[in-house]
Amino acid sequence: MNETAAWLLPVAVFLPLVGAGVLSLMPSGDDQLAKRMGVVITGLAFALVVVITAGFDFGRSGELQYLTEVSWIDAIDAKFKMGLDGISLPLFFLTYLLTFLCAIYTTRYIPNPGKPKGFLALMLLLQTGMAGTFVAFDLVLFFIFWELVLVPMYFMIGMWGGPRRDYASVKFFLYTLFGSVFMLVAFLAIFFKAGGTTWDIQELSQMAIGSRTFQTWAFLGVFLGFAIKVPMWPFHTWLPDAHTEAPTVGSVLLAGVLLKMGTYGFIRIALPILPEGAQRFAPAIGVLAVIGIIYGSLCCLAQTHVKRLIAFSSVGHMGFVMLGIAAMSENGIQAALYGNIAHGVVTGMLFFLAGSMHERYHTLDIAEIGGGMLVKLPKYGVLFTYTAVASLGLPGLAGFWGEFTAMWSAITPGLGLEADYDGLYLGLVILAAIGTVLTAGYFLWLLQRVNLGKPLSRWADEPLNDVLAIEWVAWTPLLVIILAMGVFPRMIFGVQQSAVQVLMGFVGG
Amino acid sequence: MDIDYLALAPELTLTATAIVVLLVDLVLRGEAKQFVNPMAALGTVIAIGFTLVLWGEERTSFGGQFLVNDYAVAFKLVFLFSLLAILGISLRWFAEGRYFQGEYYFLLLTSFLGMIMMPSARDLLVLFIALETVSIPAFVLAGMRKRDLYSSEAAIKFFLIGVLSVALMLFGMSMVYGFTGTTSLEGIADALRLNTAPPALLLSSVLLVIVGFGFKISAVPFHFWAPDTYAGAPMPVAAMLAVASKAAGFAGLLAVTFVAFEPLAHVWAPALGVIAIVTMTLGNLIALQQRDIVRLLAYSSIAQAGYMLIPFGLAKSGAIEVNDAAVQAVVFYLAAYAVMNIGAFGAVIAVNRKTGQRAIRDYAGLGVRSPMLALGLTTFLLSLGGAPATVGLWAKWNIVQAAANAGTVFGYVMIGFLVFNSVIAFFYYLKVIKTMWMDPSAAGIPVLQPGFTLSVVVIGLSIVTIVLGIIPGLIWDRTSITSILAAIG
Repeated sequence: MNETAAWLLPVAVFLPLVGAGVLSLMPSGDDQLAKRMGVVITGLAFALVVVITAGFDFGRSGELQYLTEVSWIDAIDAKFKMGLDGISLPLFFLTYLLTFLCAIYTTRYIPNPGKPKGFLALMLLLQTGMAGTFVAFDLVLFFIFWELVLVPMYFMIGMWGGPRRDYASVKFFLYTLFGSVFMLVAFLAIFFKAGGTTWDIQELSQMAIGSRTFQTWAFLGVFLGFAIKVPMWPFHTWLPDAHTEAPTVGSVLLAGVLLKMGTYGFIRIALPILPEGAQRFAPAIGVLAVIGIIYGSLCCLAQTHVKRLIAFSSVGHMGFVMLGIAAMSENGIQAALYGNIAHGVVTGMLFFLAGSMHERYHTLDIAEIGGGMLVKLPKYGVLFTYTAVASLGLPGLAGFWGEFTAMWSAITPGLGLEADYDGLYLGLVILAAIGTVLTAGYFLWLLQRVNLGKPLSRWADEPLNDVLAIEWVAWTPLLVIILAMGVFPRMIFGVQQSAVQVLMGFVGG
Repeated sequence: MDIDYLALAPELTLTATAIVVLLVDLVLRGEAKQFVNPMAALGTVIAIGFTLVLWGEERTSFGGQFLVNDYAVAFKLVFLFSLLAILGISLRWFAEGRYFQGEYYFLLLTSFLGMIMMPSARDLLVLFIALETVSIPAFVLAGMRKRDLYSSEAAIKFFLIGVLSVALMLFGMSMVYGFTGTTSLEGIADALRLNTAPPALLLSSVLLVIVGFGFKISAVPFHFWAPDTYAGAPMPVAAMLAVASKAAGFAGLLAVTFVAFEPLAHVWAPALGVIAIVTMTLGNLIALQQRDIVRLLAYSSIAQAGYMLIPFGLAKSGAIEVNDAAVQAVVFYLAAYAVMNIGAFGAVIAVNRKTGQRAIRDYAGLGVRSPMLALGLTTFLLSLGGAPATVGLWAKWNIVQAAANAGTVFGYVMIGFLVFNSVIAFFYYLKVIKTMWMDPSAAGIPVLQPGFTLSVVVIGLSIVTIVLGIIPGLIWDRTSITSILAAIG
């Protein structure tokens, strides 16, 4: 059934792009029509993805399904190869879900200067880039989709963002581009070292490419590209500015999907194609990951702006994901991928909430909000508590399994690392555990300052809407998924398991 | 000596067109004078036809001094299509300004005649003649805006530095002839191969020849004429100089380095590699400071020349695969560069023609005033930087690939500089894009009315930029047969 329906995948990937073209041809003045078209296009794409997921054979999630492979650029043997396996599927699904919810959210809230037509067209272009990254299995194709997300996000931050949007958008673009070009050089070096015949990720994963020295240098190149995207400490400095200044939808997609591209790249490309390089770098990755956790948490404690605090929390959470990767074992990769999805859902939700907070209070400064949200906007306060608590890793909600399994897998690293580095890894896990305490600390403190107590006098008489119907529609799927992932983590772990086994076969073998 | 007229057909066509244009201009009066433009375009199309007929063939003429093979045909097509595009963006500019139109088109066609002769030249003298045929009309063209002192200054600077560079080049060429006893490119290569201990004077004369071409492609430190000349010349002439004249310089440089001086690659390759690094970096860093868009594009094209010089730094005598990959990278980049840069200049001309504006801050709000034009310029600037889904990415990819193929440490050092420079370049490209889309428009700016042919050219080139960005195979699969090294024998 999957073979005949393989065309569904490229159609799903390029449908948003076609939709962007359709949107740009519509008349400029009609805002309502543009917003509705945005919902229709993203909804259609999401429906396609639901069909694809329903048709996915979960028993064979280790194999590539919905495979399309046609030749694209003969001069360099690049192929257009797209497929889905157990690792790609959850991320692919998340991309389409989040974009659909963003389109629904945009029908009510669009930041200055309006122009929903342009905004939604850029979002759809972004969606194609994000989706394509997760299903591309040819290095050239992967690179194209990877770079494709830069331009729409630049415009989204630069035109619809906050007061420092010029600075934030250019910084985001240049910083990420810098890493990507090094990644390109590494890809080319890998291509030539592997004989100059194939860019296929599966094939390259199965080959042993180059010497240990070559792999170390090549890994450094891809590491730069992916580490900037994740973002790993110390390459994270673009993130707080980009997240804070981006419009709500931009922040949701940036945190919810774009950051995932970095860790996905590590897992899909860096580890299997360059296993010896990965082994060499693993302890360093682990150390940087834990520094990210602690550093991110400490920075969060210092923040006075809600969005900037959530941005730094992303740095911390991605530290846990990278710790799972640094463990270089099947459990570690499972933990990392799960943490990826969990972070995407939870932080996406947090940014939605922050955006709505801004719409009501017209400020995101914690001191100015002052507290008392549970009194003034009770339902909103409950949702905020629920999501923040999920993010800090309360058992029973999504975030817990990501953090817990990452630390647990890092105690016993794989790939022969245990012999030399088990002391280091134990130390890293202890520090990470302290990081969870800090994470809980800053989230609970945030909740205290914003939710608890009495509302300030300036807000006491202000008529602020509690959660609106459109917001319930946009947020309920995420809220349900957070709970579902928390009580039934197998829904993610199970899908990924077979694919992760295959992947670790490439890494270890 | 027999003359193969079919091999010369494109050149003969352009010559005939140039003469016809000049004569017809005598007869036409007033508004009708602008008809010389479509006539020139017709002649160009016929020349393109002849060039396409020559594809796949290998013909020599004038005793082997003039060779037409796939490499030459590829370059000729790049030049002729650039000519067509420049004719498109010139029409209204020269019709409505107070210019001598017949003379302009005559000089333009003559300059392009030299350009299409360049890749066919297999002899130093023919190369020199072609180079001069490109340059001398260009000197006059730069000063075409007769009543503008800035234009005359541009022409004088261009002339003096051009003549200086040609003098140096001739000096080098004469000494090379003295050492090798022949002016034929392959003959020089053979003589150099036999000479295992080249004296220092021979090496310096080789470098002098390269310096002569260095002026033409505005490599650092021979670039000082470029920003002033581009800024002072009429804008379509600036487009021609930035794209076609530079490409002609590269065509000559390729012939001279990869064919004639190939045995001495260990001498000129490091030199050109260092020049590449300095050119890229200086061009981009200075471009950051610019507030006039033409000067910004001028420094940007200096930096682009730097990128195109990287493959020259990879050359190794005798390593046919590496050299082939390098040549192919340069040819592809030139083709892509022609598309992007002419498009960018076309958009700048559209903004400047009615309003006279050329400062970057004058572009504020262009996204609201003329969205199609702003979108076109955005596409071209993103392509010049190397964003995905545009042809510029593949052009840079090709260069990185040639370097990875060569695998030398110096190659990777040059690529490191390419990476840094790409990031720097995006800073100023994004600045222009940001100004167009994100800054509010000043009040009272007249509505832009780009001419029909200019709109066709700009829209067409932006579509080509994106289509080639998605399916680069359309020209990539064809430029891989540009083995000029196979032209020997």
